[in-house]
Amino acid sequence: MALLEVQDLTVEFPGRRGTLRALDKVSFNIEAGEILGVVGESGAGKSLTGAAIVGLLERPGRIAGGQVRFDGQRIDNLPPEPMRRLRGRRIGMIFQDPLTTLNPLYTIGRQLTETMQTHARLSDAEARTKAIGWLDRVGIPAAAHRIDAYPHEFSGGQRQRVVIALALCADPVLVIADEPTTALDVSIQAQIITLLKDLTRDHGTAVMLVTHDMGVIAETADRVAVMYAGRIAEIGPVAAVIRHPAHPYSDGLMASIPSLEHRVDRLRQIDGAMPRLDAIPNGCRFNPRCPRVFDRCRQEQPELLDAGATRAACWLHAHD
Amino acid sequence: MLARTWNSDLAYNFRTSPVALASAALALILIVAAAFAPWIAPHDPTDVASLSLMDSFKPPLGMADAEWSNPFGTDNQGRDVLSAIMFGMRISLLVGFLSVLFAIVVGVAIGLLAGYAGGIIDTLLMRVADVQLTFPSILTALLTDGVITAALPRTMREGLQIYVIIFAIGISLWPNFARTVRGSTLVERNKDYVMAARVIGVPSWRIMLSHVLPNVIGPVMVIGTLGLGLAIIAEATLSFLGVGLPPTQPSLGTLIRFGNDFLFSGQWWITVFPGLTLILMVLAINLLGDWLRDALNPRLR
Amino acid sequence: MPAQPEPPVGCMPMTKLKVLEAVAVSHYFDVSRPFLQRVFTREPRRMLRAVDDVSFAIAPGTTFALVGESGCGKSTIARLAVGLYAATDGDILFENQPLSSARAQPALRRRMNMIFQDPYASLNPRWRVTDIVAEPIRAFKLATGSADIQARVGALLAQVSLTPRDGEKYPHEFSGGQRQRISIARALASEPDFLVCDEPTSALDVSVQAQILNLMRDLQQRLGLTYLFISHNLAVVRHMADRLGVMYLGRIVEQGPAEAIFRAPRHPYTRLLLDAIPDLEQVGRARTPVGGELPSPIAPPPGCAFHPRCPLANARCRVEKPAHTTAGDVQVACHAVAEGRDA
Repeated sequence: MALLEVQDLTVEFPGRRGTLRALDKVSFNIEAGEILGVVGESGAGKSLTGAAIVGLLERPGRIAGGQVRFDGQRIDNLPPEPMRRLRGRRIGMIFQDPLTTLNPLYTIGRQLTETMQTHARLSDAEARTKAIGWLDRVGIPAAAHRIDAYPHEFSGGQRQRVVIALALCADPVLVIADEPTTALDVSIQAQIITLLKDLTRDHGTAVMLVTHDMGVIAETADRVAVMYAGRIAEIGPVAAVIRHPAHPYSDGLMASIPSLEHRVDRLRQIDGAMPRLDAIPNGCRFNPRCPRVFDRCRQEQPELLDAGATRAACWLHAHD
Repeated sequence: MLARTWNSDLAYNFRTSPVALASAALALILIVAAAFAPWIAPHDPTDVASLSLMDSFKPPLGMADAEWSNPFGTDNQGRDVLSAIMFGMRISLLVGFLSVLFAIVVGVAIGLLAGYAGGIIDTLLMRVADVQLTFPSILTALLTDGVITAALPRTMREGLQIYVIIFAIGISLWPNFARTVRGSTLVERNKDYVMAARVIGVPSWRIMLSHVLPNVIGPVMVIGTLGLGLAIIAEATLSFLGVGLPPTQPSLGTLIRFGNDFLFSGQWWITVFPGLTLILMVLAINLLGDWLRDALNPRLR
Repeated sequence: MPAQPEPPVGCMPMTKLKVLEAVAVSHYFDVSRPFLQRVFTREPRRMLRAVDDVSFAIAPGTTFALVGESGCGKSTIARLAVGLYAATDGDILFENQPLSSARAQPALRRRMNMIFQDPYASLNPRWRVTDIVAEPIRAFKLATGSADIQARVGALLAQVSLTPRDGEKYPHEFSGGQRQRISIARALASEPDFLVCDEPTSALDVSVQAQILNLMRDLQQRLGLTYLFISHNLAVVRHMADRLGVMYLGRIVEQGPAEAIFRAPRHPYTRLLLDAIPDLEQVGRARTPVGGELPSPIAPPPGCAFHPRCPLANARCRVEKPAHTTAGDVQVACHAVAEGRDA
């Protein structure tokens, strides 16, 4: 049994011009200790997937179908209070902007000790010692001294380190990281990715890493799910998806990324743009942009099919 | 996506808001009653020849001796209170609209200039606005009114009084517009579309008028609507204090002042009905303004 | 459009042909508190050195790229190059004339234009696309009469793969990539030969980024455009640049032909940057990232600004600002490289 099982997860936003389906039957698993990358362009639904799993959908969005099972138990129908406890204790969260997680009015030490004390019986002194240990582990210099500083006294990269400490200090078994390095500079981004990867490996924590940066996924993740227009286009081991993408969209996506290793005259481009939610085409959602489109793609929507090392939602891999 | 449906979203928001609908309906009724007063009012209060002291102090409907021809009763000279109110609203609304328009023109111009030019011009203009904002606006209007009236030759006072009032109230309101427009201008002038115009050498005045102005005018509509309520109250206050419009052009404030003399002798209707009308008018305008502010503010949605 | 002779790719900065040249340019921002607060708190004026003693030259028809992290001054240089800021010190020459006098002549000013990063802020939301693209045409009176202007706008929109009918719409009706095409059409409307591109694809998704980069390359080849290309993304820069300048805290620490720098980076900061970028071709790579934070440009470290993060720093680096040393085509500002300690 996988640690997290997402099955046919569907999220809808009712509006006055009709209901928009932002996620359509998204299914995937995350095994204990595994890092799953979720990649896609803006609006593909990757952040929404993370938010839906932990019950942080913004109104009026709602889960309209499917199930989320965490450690064997359904969590998509949990009331708010047990869901909040689950989020702090067993599922940690890291967001793009550290300031959405950190309370500007409290010292980071207080925020760390409070988080640990709500989830484990610890004396104040024990909690403080552990908090210093965590700050040290995430690479804050002079942790014993800096523990009494406020969030604004840290740089952007250091704040994200503190957020990682906050997310991990209650010993969660799953961390959902939503664009954790997008706001950071390249040299700082590398530090944060390495830190996240090392810490979660040491603690055996599973990670759902949501990002638009395929490079970050390539270095960090074990498996990757490529999302397009609210559905998973392809999912599989990271090396397979990058080197031998089975879905024409993931193929185009990989080819459109400029490489540091060699220079080409023209990048391969995918013409057009991802459809808006109120104008989803019939059949496969990628068919108007797909270079390998055929009749069936315009009529029937493909589900994930076995495609060698990966699974791809593409009729090219149908064997019937 | 918000911007995509900006216009229709506003319309939808309006249709589904009972407060907006009710206050708009009320405002519309009052404005129509004022605008078409010469044609729909039961009597002509400006026609002195038709007045008869025999008709004075008639009570409103619902009291003994009331008559259908004077539903809100008559005053000490036999004037029909309902007709006087309809003609009074004309003056109140006219003064209100024109003084807000004046304040918008002055305030938007100063706000744009201060925000776009920055530096010493900005500091200077905004300190003036700050200083003026520390005084209650009615005090500013009172002071401006007094100074100008004193400076005018006695014979010209009555004819020019309405313009003096419009100027005085307009002057008391401009800082609100200037501050808001300056704030939005500071944001807009650093946006890349302004940079793009600067790169090709479009002159500053044209950037201000054709690029920045259309993007800062939204909040002005909101403050303008709320300012209209303030301006009408200010005019009524000045007229009530006797420094406003002359008795030949009675506004709602003038009516309230006249009627005030009879309040304790039992003829309450002469002052209460104009007063109620003023309250309803300002209430409707302010509710509309509040709704507009909330509807245009994406954070409250 | 005046045809430019095709120069050899990666030509030397000191050759005669140069569209834009920066000579020892510095730009300071006054970040002091307001006058009265300074008087009460007895604070001195505080200056931020956004650009510090920067020199480069761009040959016609080529792309010069500036790359660096936030606060390194690359966007300030973009704005200096089109005259949005005036340099505090040093000279910027456009077609061998001081920039200010070049910009005073409409015939020269017309020949430079700019493409911006944010496709949402760079188009006036209240203007129709036709009017946005026509603004430079009207400003320089390149066409008169609405039929003539319409025809030109239509041709410009077609050039960036939009249709003339798109001109009737407002910017919010377009996707990010389409807006960037409109932005490019506007920049081309003044018939420029020099374009400053400030992070033109940073706000776009990768598949759209590829479209825009291809379009920019096509336009460059077709129209003989010269680009000053600003980006934080080294892979994008590698794809676009003929010559490259790597910036750190207001200074260019390494510049030269892009190929040479990517093949053999000399400056420790360039190496760090290249090493830090996650790359598709290195699945599951484990690495030891260089530590340290970006210092504040208000109080840059003394000596070489990179020394607190530099693995090769020694006592000299902490006190003495390194001058540029030339090795082949590449200029590097690093004591370790000059002393041969970088092997």
